[in-house]
Amino acid sequence: MKVHEYQAKEILRRYGVPTPRGVVVVTPDEARQAAKELGGRVVVKAQIHAGGRGKGGGVKLAKDADEAAELTKRILGMTLVTHQTGPEGRVVHKVLVEEALNIDKELYLGVTLDRRLGMNVIMASAQGGMDIEEVAAHDPNAIHREPVDSVLGVQPFQARAVAYALGLSGDPFKKCVDFVQKLMRAYIETDASLAEINPLLLTKEGDVLALDCKMNFDDNAMFRHKDVVEMRDLNEEDPLEVEASQFGLNYIKLDGNVGCMVNGAGLAMATMDIIKLAGSEPANFLDVGGGASAEQVKNAFRIILSDKNVKAILINIFGGIMRGDRIAEGVVSASREVGLPVPVVVRLEGTNVELGKQILKDSGLPLITADGMWDAAQKVVAAAQGKS
Amino acid sequence: MAIWADKNTKVIVQGITGREGTFHAIQCREYGTQVVGGVTPGKGGTTHEGFPVFNTVGGARENAGANCSLIFVPPAFAADAIMESADAGIELIVCITEGIPVNDMIKAHDFLKKTNARRVAEQQAPSRLIGPNCPGIITPGQAKIGIMPGHIHKPGPIGIVSRSGTLTYEAVGQTRNIGQSTAVGIGGDPLPGTNFIDCLAAFQADPATEAIIMIGEIGGSAEEDAAAFVQANVTKPVVAFIAGQTAPPGRRMGHAGAIISGGKGTAAEKMAALSAAGIHVVKAPSDMGAMIEKVWRAR
Repeated sequence: MKVHEYQAKEILRRYGVPTPRGVVVVTPDEARQAAKELGGRVVVKAQIHAGGRGKGGGVKLAKDADEAAELTKRILGMTLVTHQTGPEGRVVHKVLVEEALNIDKELYLGVTLDRRLGMNVIMASAQGGMDIEEVAAHDPNAIHREPVDSVLGVQPFQARAVAYALGLSGDPFKKCVDFVQKLMRAYIETDASLAEINPLLLTKEGDVLALDCKMNFDDNAMFRHKDVVEMRDLNEEDPLEVEASQFGLNYIKLDGNVGCMVNGAGLAMATMDIIKLAGSEPANFLDVGGGASAEQVKNAFRIILSDKNVKAILINIFGGIMRGDRIAEGVVSASREVGLPVPVVVRLEGTNVELGKQILKDSGLPLITADGMWDAAQKVVAAAQGKS
Repeated sequence: MAIWADKNTKVIVQGITGREGTFHAIQCREYGTQVVGGVTPGKGGTTHEGFPVFNTVGGARENAGANCSLIFVPPAFAADAIMESADAGIELIVCITEGIPVNDMIKAHDFLKKTNARRVAEQQAPSRLIGPNCPGIITPGQAKIGIMPGHIHKPGPIGIVSRSGTLTYEAVGQTRNIGQSTAVGIGGDPLPGTNFIDCLAAFQADPATEAIIMIGEIGGSAEEDAAAFVQANVTKPVVAFIAGQTAPPGRRMGHAGAIISGGKGTAAEKMAALSAAGIHVVKAPSDMGAMIEKVWRAR
């Protein structure tokens, strides 16, 4: 799960991590008021779940309260396109107005899981303010990595190593050591999967603050963080994906014209791949889960068909313990109820698969049966191209 | 011969009185697996569907002689269940549960590591964890320890290891003519207890396994690590398929571990690494069976 910058900073402040003073607003008048309270000179920042906002024109410096209102008016409602939003961009619904600070240095600090080590790792680089993946690509030695023991937490010597790696000394060094320890506590205690401070700001006055902050969270741990779940912003998610998740379906919308409905995440990805190999593009990823009951199939049909690009659907179910005839009955009853505006190819595998195919044939519905994944992919691609 | 699970494996089911636990305990027993009981705290001393129920894993081990545990405990309590099994000296822990928080799994792995170090120092067998978020392990004709459909399997020479459940079934279906030695689902989580390398090493050492199918997917670098291992240590032919060739970056494709992040963990990178290591990589999931049959016959 992702949250906005202003929400991530709210979480950081709870753990005592220093951030600039700021107010989130939804109107130009609120922005003017906020700027006055913050001393006039402020930064106006579009709040969307994507990086690259500055380059996209979503982050602006205002010299006074009137300009803050004017900039907010321009940014609110704009469709911001960055390298992370895709070409369709994201509409800005909220703006963060923050005090403008005197920048001495921009540094980088991040925490995430290292799957190979099985540990959370702090990453630090003196080259802040730029894309860390680019830094990693052409100068991997510029990134200091500090693996943290999950039981012991970050040790003082580790926080010091990070602050040294950032090239700090004196008072800012001490402030950074404190910052790292508090950030790590925030990360662990909220079950975050990513906390990225880019840039970590060193001001001319010698303060160390989180100028920007991105936090992602482990979906599997959200049952114990109701406060974080409340921060979820459905405006940032595809409405079809939100609806699908309410039915326990794992759906991700893509750009192709062949819809697919599959049981199991791996098989669902493999089905997308084979559609592409057969000559079309998948319209979605959809995992109906282990059961594939009539009710689930019906919901899945509705979601897939809401995407108007879909010209044909491939149902690929490896029955496993569930019987093929049961699944076929589910597909038939769901098809009758939803009505089928596009051709549907069904590939069934598992117990009683012959019986299942007979049920599909006898239904009188425009259901095309297939043997194996390659046959199914070829048939559905032909159907999508109007050749069946 | 096979790897890790055979007809002598004695299984207890943690969470046996739950819906999933009950259903699959019975399914495993019907397949012929020795299911010697179950564990549900507070229900010790009772009998459930003919299985003796114990309060603790230690009790089940002592009284029923269990050396393997199959876990169906809900995600919030599953890491605790894994640690209890490790503490009791269970040699094979198979965790089916999907949705365990990463931080819980980091702690469970720490606990396993420390417990295993102690056990090895005492010259006792360490615990192996398979999963979580996996279908389990099956040695056809001997033991089914998991949720896979037993009837599609047949004893034979092909070892299968996969991060995905239903794709494992797909590979089993495609090798129905030759048969399988053991099929292991290592699970779709970012921190699996058993990884590709563990399975590849075991298959290489297993006389019953003559060729290997490995099924990977986007996210992480386990496939790249496996490629290097195969190049240095595996002489048996290996066929690989990587799911997610069409997956968009930055999106989690169902499995918690299936995500391309920062341009890393793509299918293309993994396929290139595997090919470079001499592994037979198939682009289409439907080609796994034909390819393994070809390289197995030519070995």
